[in-house]
Amino acid sequence: MHSTSYIIRFVLIMTTLAALVLASLNTFLGPKHAMNEKIYNKRAVLAAVKDHLDGTTLADMSDQDVESIFSNKIKQTVINMSGEVVEGQVAESIDLAKEKKKPEADRLLPLYLYTNDAGEAFYIISIRGNGLWDEIWGSIALEKDLKTVAGASFDHKGETPGLGAEIKDNPSFPDQFTGKTIIDENGNYTSIIVKKGGASNPANEVDAISGATVTCNGVTEMLYRGIQYYQPYFNKLDQKS
Amino acid sequence: MAEVMQDSQPEVKVKEPLFGKAERKLLSDPINDNNPITVQVLGVCSALAVTTLVYPSIIMAIAVVFVTAFSNLFTSMLRTTIPKSVRMIVQLVIIATLVTIVEQVLKAVNFPVYKQLSVFIGLIITNCIVMGRLEAFAMANKPWRSFLDGVGNGVGYGLILIIVAVFREVFGKGSLLAGSPLEMKIIGASDLYWIPGLVGI
Repeated sequence: MHSTSYIIRFVLIMTTLAALVLASLNTFLGPKHAMNEKIYNKRAVLAAVKDHLDGTTLADMSDQDVESIFSNKIKQTVINMSGEVVEGQVAESIDLAKEKKKPEADRLLPLYLYTNDAGEAFYIISIRGNGLWDEIWGSIALEKDLKTVAGASFDHKGETPGLGAEIKDNPSFPDQFTGKTIIDENGNYTSIIVKKGGASNPANEVDAISGATVTCNGVTEMLYRGIQYYQPYFNKLDQKS
Repeated sequence: MAEVMQDSQPEVKVKEPLFGKAERKLLSDPINDNNPITVQVLGVCSALAVTTLVYPSIIMAIAVVFVTAFSNLFTSMLRTTIPKSVRMIVQLVIIATLVTIVEQVLKAVNFPVYKQLSVFIGLIITNCIVMGRLEAFAMANKPWRSFLDGVGNGVGYGLILIIVAVFREVFGKGSLLAGSPLEMKIIGASDLYWIPGLVGI
């Protein structure tokens, strides 16, 4: 039998050693983690314009290619809720998860203007909302007319694999959004609706996923609110042109 | 009397071979006759969850082999010094440290696969195979043998993972090793999630 003081000493030394090993490993690998996370998020933004990339597919692109697109073909802007450009900020450093916790009026919104070699320009906006279990988010690319969706990509923190997680895993879900319009012919904001039981209005409805009603309603809500946040800025752009 | 004493004096220390019959059995037994998944039915939760694609399954298998092998080794090295009353806690500290190392390294080396495996790397900590081998084997055996036992059980788990994943990926996605540099398209385009042919219906 071991004495109590031996047990305490054993456990103390053991846990201290383990903590030291892990702390130094984390310090050593921390910068690499941050870099990987950044590239991952940049790829998610580019996924919204995956049909309009020059020559390659997103999967074939190396990390350097992603970085070079971001420095050469993308103009980053940060806007506030009243549609004004906020100077001195970069879109990629805006963390929507943190913005979501602020009061609505104080939030900052990242906006990416992507122009490909053919000269087509796309506005990529970031949206974030709630799914069934946890947060969901996505990027929506709008064409120059600021009405037509050119592509979408979604991601989630903890939706059910095979059901809610299909918004990300099944490419045919985001693909449905291409060509939909967020503003009807009368100029009213409609957003895009993920419709249970099948889309009936081809202009702004897409099919929901069976067995994932709450996640799909979350997507609808996220789209409605998220795209609306950008409308003040888009209206100003419209007036200018 | 003196003769008897002398007889028992030269206590012959049996040198244990590195890869004797017993050692080979330690490696091969958990792969087939005593497989942790198919025979002992342990670790089934993660086995079902990560086997949709082959590539993440291979990474998961490597991670589990690393954790079972080294947690067995370290526990066995400490087995005489570990106080019995806190042995479970000590074992968990060893497992958790190793799992966190795996997680940190994977996050730095292959971020997309890290995202895909998400919680399941962390859940190796609670994988019954790891804890079971520590309690059943490493606490009572020498380091080298414990290490082999750990490798055997990890490989036994990983092998089932990869076999199941091959079927699930080929039939579910029409590809093999998707996401890795060796990606193969077996049935139609691999970016179609559903089996092509069912898509048009």
